[in-house]
Amino acid sequence: MSTLKTKTFIFQPKLWWLAVPFASVFLAYFVVPLGLTIIVSFWDYTEYSIIPDFIFSNYSYIFEGCFSFEKGLCLTFKTYLSTFFFCFFTWAITLLLGFCVAYFLVFYVNSIPLQITLFLICTIPFWTSNVIRMVAWIPLLGRNGLVNDLLLSMGIVREPVEWLLYSNFSVILALVHLYTLFMIVPIFNSMLRIDKGVIEAAYDAGANQIQVITNVIIPLCKPGIIIGSIFVITVVMGDFLTIGIMGGQQLASVGKIINTEMNYLQLPGAAANSVILLVITILVIIMMTKLIDIRKEL
Amino acid sequence: MNSKGFSTISRRKLLKLGAGTTAATFTALYAPSVISSDPITLRYLGTAVSMGDEVQKKLFEDTGLKVKFIAVTTDEVTKRVLTQPNSFDLVDTEYFSLPKLVPSGNILGMDTKRIKEWDNVTSIFTKGVTPSGKKVGLQGTAPSKVMYLEGSTGKSFAKDVTQYATLVPTIYNADTLGIRPDLIGRPINSWAELLNPEFKGKAATLNIPSIGIMDAAMVVEAMGEYTYPDKGNMTKAEIDLTMKIFTEAKKSGQFRAFWTDFNESVNLMASGEVVIQSMWSPAITAVKSQGKACIYQPLKEGYRAWAAGFALPKTTKGKTADAVYDFVNWYLSGWVGAYLNRQGYYSAVLPTAKKYMSEDEWGFWMEGKAAKDDILSPTGAKLASAGEKRDGGSYEDRMGGVACWNATMDENKYMVRKWNEMVAS
Repeated sequence: MSTLKTKTFIFQPKLWWLAVPFASVFLAYFVVPLGLTIIVSFWDYTEYSIIPDFIFSNYSYIFEGCFSFEKGLCLTFKTYLSTFFFCFFTWAITLLLGFCVAYFLVFYVNSIPLQITLFLICTIPFWTSNVIRMVAWIPLLGRNGLVNDLLLSMGIVREPVEWLLYSNFSVILALVHLYTLFMIVPIFNSMLRIDKGVIEAAYDAGANQIQVITNVIIPLCKPGIIIGSIFVITVVMGDFLTIGIMGGQQLASVGKIINTEMNYLQLPGAAANSVILLVITILVIIMMTKLIDIRKEL
Repeated sequence: MNSKGFSTISRRKLLKLGAGTTAATFTALYAPSVISSDPITLRYLGTAVSMGDEVQKKLFEDTGLKVKFIAVTTDEVTKRVLTQPNSFDLVDTEYFSLPKLVPSGNILGMDTKRIKEWDNVTSIFTKGVTPSGKKVGLQGTAPSKVMYLEGSTGKSFAKDVTQYATLVPTIYNADTLGIRPDLIGRPINSWAELLNPEFKGKAATLNIPSIGIMDAAMVVEAMGEYTYPDKGNMTKAEIDLTMKIFTEAKKSGQFRAFWTDFNESVNLMASGEVVIQSMWSPAITAVKSQGKACIYQPLKEGYRAWAAGFALPKTTKGKTADAVYDFVNWYLSGWVGAYLNRQGYYSAVLPTAKKYMSEDEWGFWMEGKAAKDDILSPTGAKLASAGEKRDGGSYEDRMGGVACWNATMDENKYMVRKWNEMVAS
């Protein structure tokens, strides 16, 4: 059925007009800028100008010293390592939280209006800007912040806890806070579509709750999990604002390096870094889609 | 056209109006296109420090000029000048950006003969000495080294005085470390204190490489690790050395945070997360206004100075260019100077600004005297009580104590990379 539809679409050029609005937006705001970025990444530059050229030095500069390990890891590898670190923990925690929240909403809340209300409540934090949501943590976690005040007054600690703010902990906390919803939504959506009969059948066949989750629900939620994971991972890979603010600007991120290069007008260098970031992000996504064929599952 | 009506109106008007405004009436009557068009609005590209609402209001009252202010960050100003020189009529930028801007040919030299107060511009800019003749440190991109162009369209700096200035100076200051005296509890007198283990986890510096590296160099020199021939133009080996010392400090947990935004530095200091850090003078004022003790601490090794000024992009011509010169002349005529001085900055033409300040204000801000009465900011907030003195003292003491200027180095690309490595370590 679906192949038949595709064919008729292709053989009816008139229908192609339907694709024009989105295709042109896609072309103007994605394909062309991306093409330009790739082109500029091969250009030469000085302090005050960029010069059309075809050189690889922007790329070789990024990987300078990366393949001789005498001096330890090079800047690029270190930065990606730190970015992967944030990516992994944010992904793992948002996945766990997102799955649990969605599971609760779908299987434990039986009335649909209540389900929708609770779901909307999850989105409330998104009514404010993400910078505000992030900055709000600072007075809470600081040396003289509320959490430390509480810990001190309860006598749990004697000195204020320093690692609460401007640390890996605070960065991951803020990222999880910002992006858990990106996990909840697609997983929630996948779970809603699971036929309740299948679950009942599993129970009837003698499965316990854990077995139902691992053998029935998780496999059927895979598309939602993968889509949520793609959202979270791509966003965290390019993030520099959260890592900057919550990390006290002391933690490396690829986005921050690109940002600094842009500020110093090293545009071809920034373009080359962006291309590499893009390639790596795409590789990660390809790896994930290898685990599951999203198109088939949708 | 009704020529009869025209002449009656003009005659009647001419009788009423004074000689000064006649010309304007004349143009208005005989050039209808001017009547219909708005008064000239200058597109002014700059950073947020230099142009408040009060300034725009006063400008319109005095000259009839309007300004559309495009406020961006220092780096963004440079980017705009290089990539979109036709998007503004006038730019306010820092001297250390000039080695990037001038070779592009996107800015014109300003004709100093058209600047009324040019001869009164402080000698720090023109000669590199304070008004009383004290030599100012010239390491880095000191304004006196990049003050002139060979011609109005020159792409390189002139060695001698010429008729064309790269920037007409507007605002400048001497920067140092800010401290929380209440949380430190002992005198601080050296840049070396920034890396003193006593302040482990309570120090901060800025994550703007071109400025951060200068503060770092001041610290390294103060620690006695190395004496730079020119802090503002380091060799690769010197950059390595400087960054090595800072990387070690960072790894050992010396810094609570780095900041990129002015407000971040205020929050770090006001909340007590940080007790000593690189800071800018209005940030000190902001911390004080929250009721927290904060000192812009003078240090024995001297200050790191910066300066900004006006430039004309090559695309500004004719009437708009004339209006720009009118605007610049108005800016230097004193009212704005007083406005800047009251915020703790310095104005380029001191004698005109003095006329707009009270004796007490002048004594406090410029001469290092104790205030006789409360000292107020332009917005009316109290900055100091009677009896207090300005941190660092007089203009002569502060500007005379300048050790280096914000700079663009020859090895800028390498420096930015090494800085990023330090942040990543």
